[in-house]
Amino acid sequence: MMMNDMPQVAQAQEQASARRIGDVVLDLQNISLSFGGVKALTNISFDVREHEIRSIIGPNGAGKSSMLNVINGVYHPQEGRILFRGEPRQRMEPHMAAAQGIARTFQNIALFKGMSVLDNIMTGRNLKMKCGLLAHALYWGRAQKEEIEHRVKVEEIIDFLEIQDIRKTPVGALPYGLQKRVELGRALAAEPNLLLLDEPMAGMNVEEKQDMCRFILDVNDQFGTTIVLIEHDMGVVMDISDRVVVLDYGKKIGDGVPDEVRSNEDVIRAYLGTSH
Amino acid sequence: MGFFLETLFGGLMAGMLYSLIALGFVLIYKASGVFNFAQGAMVLFAALAMARFAEWIPKWLGFDNLVVANLLAFVVAMALMVVLAWVIERLCLSKLVNQEGITLLMATLGISYFLDGLGQTLFGNDIYSINVGMPKEPAMILEGMFEGGLLISKEDLVAAIISAALVLALALFFQKTATGRALRAVADDHQAAQSIGIPLNRIWVIVWSVAGFAALVAGIIWGSKLGVQFSLSLVALKALPVVILGGLTSVPGAILGGLIIGVGEKLSEIYLGSFFGGGIEIWFAYVLALGFLLVRPQGLFGEKIIDRV
Amino acid sequence: MLYRENGQFKTSYVADQQIFPIAQDRIAIGLLLLVAFVVMPLAGSEYLFRAVLIPFLILALAALGLNILVGYCGQISLGTGAFMAVGAYGAYNFLVRIDGMPLIGAMLLGGLSATVVGVLFGVPSLRIKGLYLAVATLAAQFFTDWAFLRVGWFTNNSTSGSVSVAGLNVFGLPIESPVAKYLFCLSVVCVFALAAKNLTRSATGRQWMAIRDMDVAAAVIGIRPVYAKLTAFAVSSFIVGVAGVLWAFVHLGAWEPAAFSIDRSFQLLFMVIIGGLGSIMGAFFGAAFIVILPIILDQVPHWFGIPLSTATTSHLVHMIFGALIVFFLIAEPHGLAKLWSIGKQKLRLWPFPH
Repeated sequence: MMMNDMPQVAQAQEQASARRIGDVVLDLQNISLSFGGVKALTNISFDVREHEIRSIIGPNGAGKSSMLNVINGVYHPQEGRILFRGEPRQRMEPHMAAAQGIARTFQNIALFKGMSVLDNIMTGRNLKMKCGLLAHALYWGRAQKEEIEHRVKVEEIIDFLEIQDIRKTPVGALPYGLQKRVELGRALAAEPNLLLLDEPMAGMNVEEKQDMCRFILDVNDQFGTTIVLIEHDMGVVMDISDRVVVLDYGKKIGDGVPDEVRSNEDVIRAYLGTSH
Repeated sequence: MGFFLETLFGGLMAGMLYSLIALGFVLIYKASGVFNFAQGAMVLFAALAMARFAEWIPKWLGFDNLVVANLLAFVVAMALMVVLAWVIERLCLSKLVNQEGITLLMATLGISYFLDGLGQTLFGNDIYSINVGMPKEPAMILEGMFEGGLLISKEDLVAAIISAALVLALALFFQKTATGRALRAVADDHQAAQSIGIPLNRIWVIVWSVAGFAALVAGIIWGSKLGVQFSLSLVALKALPVVILGGLTSVPGAILGGLIIGVGEKLSEIYLGSFFGGGIEIWFAYVLALGFLLVRPQGLFGEKIIDRV
Repeated sequence: MLYRENGQFKTSYVADQQIFPIAQDRIAIGLLLLVAFVVMPLAGSEYLFRAVLIPFLILALAALGLNILVGYCGQISLGTGAFMAVGAYGAYNFLVRIDGMPLIGAMLLGGLSATVVGVLFGVPSLRIKGLYLAVATLAAQFFTDWAFLRVGWFTNNSTSGSVSVAGLNVFGLPIESPVAKYLFCLSVVCVFALAAKNLTRSATGRQWMAIRDMDVAAAVIGIRPVYAKLTAFAVSSFIVGVAGVLWAFVHLGAWEPAAFSIDRSFQLLFMVIIGGLGSIMGAFFGAAFIVILPIILDQVPHWFGIPLSTATTSHLVHMIFGALIVFFLIAEPHGLAKLWSIGKQKLRLWPFPH
């Protein structure tokens, strides 16, 4: 069925010529976040450069997911400043972050269980679809044309992630690894320039991990997407990251290229569990 | 002034009864995460059972003693509520574990319809009376403080005292006893509770039985006042805003919410009703609760809901 | 054997995205429409139209509207009757107060009145969820019950809110005979069912379902929860409002607020649950079931010579509905519509095992 879109992927491959790290796109300054009395993040600063793969690591409960939630507007830090593309950010809601080109996957899969794979990925195109309610009710002319245009884009992603055979399956019926892949597809459908991945490889076997690694590298390589990655598998992190930031108990304890972080005393202590 | 206080007292007493019904909601919600829409149907069912057994038992056994008849009827009706709790747990709750709140709510709507139908099929659908010897004549109090004193209904006063005692007893039961602790544990996380050996099924039967008990007492009080008839099951709809106002998980919330709504209803009907053309008692409680929700979505004492991602 | 899709290949996305992608389904729906529009008007009896078909169509429309809110967007409503009432009394006022207002105009304006009220009571859904929202919609129910009973302006100062309309016509054709009423309802229902289906398979529908399935994730990919929820409330209450107009104007002719009481709200919610949450077809299944079951229950005992009083029958209906609700929620949360599609799935292979 419908596999005439391979040339477009090849084209994209050519366009994004080489991975070149650019300027700072996201600058987090002195972020502190607390829930009631519980401090989740304390005075954390780091930046993300264009086109790089930036990893956040740290033990469970270190505040990694909270950090992502701050970046895409789910949580609102009490203190600190966020600069996105040089602009200081006002209080924002998640959908505004999405409109700025920030997409995201979740630690516990957050797919729309009642919908098919195709529809899930189509929701990722939501921001790019302009037709209104009445046009949709008629489903005629412009609305139908728009639907088809975006279907074509979504089919490209489906091909890219090699999930053609399950496109009409309800996502609830899929195995874990495939669900993670569909979730990545939904995020990619938004054509983000900043992609936040929260443990994309958790709970996967080696083969699935390799696939996922390849997808992440391909996305970064072909589309030039900047990636912020949370991952527990140190092998993977050290392999594919450009720079790594280490959190522990809501504080930053290390930041730098993988080799620097690997030899950082504090980081070793945090991971080997010596007393604080 | 005297009139205002009379209204206030009337409201407080009605409020105490709302609290009693609201307590049934809160107990079940705390222990099983079910918003029990059938609480009203349970009140009707219990009251019907009480009224009819009090009438039938003397006939069957051939004696004529109101107190004994009432006692026996109470015991039989309570037994029936326990059986009901067991059946609901067996056939419905245990099969809907881990479903979303909305699904459970709709299931209790189904139970409510079923109970309405069953109750009236078994016990008939006329108006029945419950006579447990509640004092019917009004009383004057505080004659020294006001000219003419305050006119209050003794029946309401007795009802309010019974309700207050029951509410207090249940609150203590929840907070102080081992069973109460188990109930709270189940409410918090039923998987975790199960893993430390709390028998989920038995806890649910207990909590639905307790709610059945609350329904029976409420049914007797309301029934002896207004007669036992279908409209009794709508009393629960009056208690809904109470629970919302007080917070779904809070026993003190149910008490305070009941008093606020009881007083608010009576005062608003008298002091605002004329502006709106009367009858605002029907929606006043709801609009009050709704307005409150917009400011504080978790209710007066409810636990704040934090969305975790 | 007959129901196979072998050899039906889709060569374009347009073909792949049609409402009925399988040829046999298209033929079946064509036949169904033929029967509904041509055979029934010729063959049906007056009783059939009055007691079965017209109530079925109108309640199916209301259930369809409710299903958009509950089944597609996941926002519970216990106040559907209220929105029907707003539609009915709204249309009544437009008809009475504006000279020469055509029936269709009044109907659509009635729907719009329901939309406004629906959105108003939908606003709390932005702050509160689930059970708490159920109470907000109950507030709508009790408030409108009271308003149409007590506020004379809405009902042209008639006592106890009972009003009536007469001499309905559409483009000069009188809507008086049962057949005309039936055909009018059928046409309206078909139009709205198609529009609803289109909405649910487009980006709007995906936004609703996304909010239903996981609202935080929906917001993160750029769906505005405010917009998605309020459009669901708006579309739902518009359809429900139009159904209210039909119920009052076409089915009842003369009505009072009690026609749209909380019992109506529950009845519609039951239709949606039994028919199937999140399914357009489910609304029709559910309405058929709930309209027809009491009629059958009324008849069956007579066949066996067992006399049952009306009261007993109505209690039995209560019990059966109640038990069925619980049964469906436990066994098949997607209702009759799901059973239907499972049946079709089996038919695709029948009589072969694979």
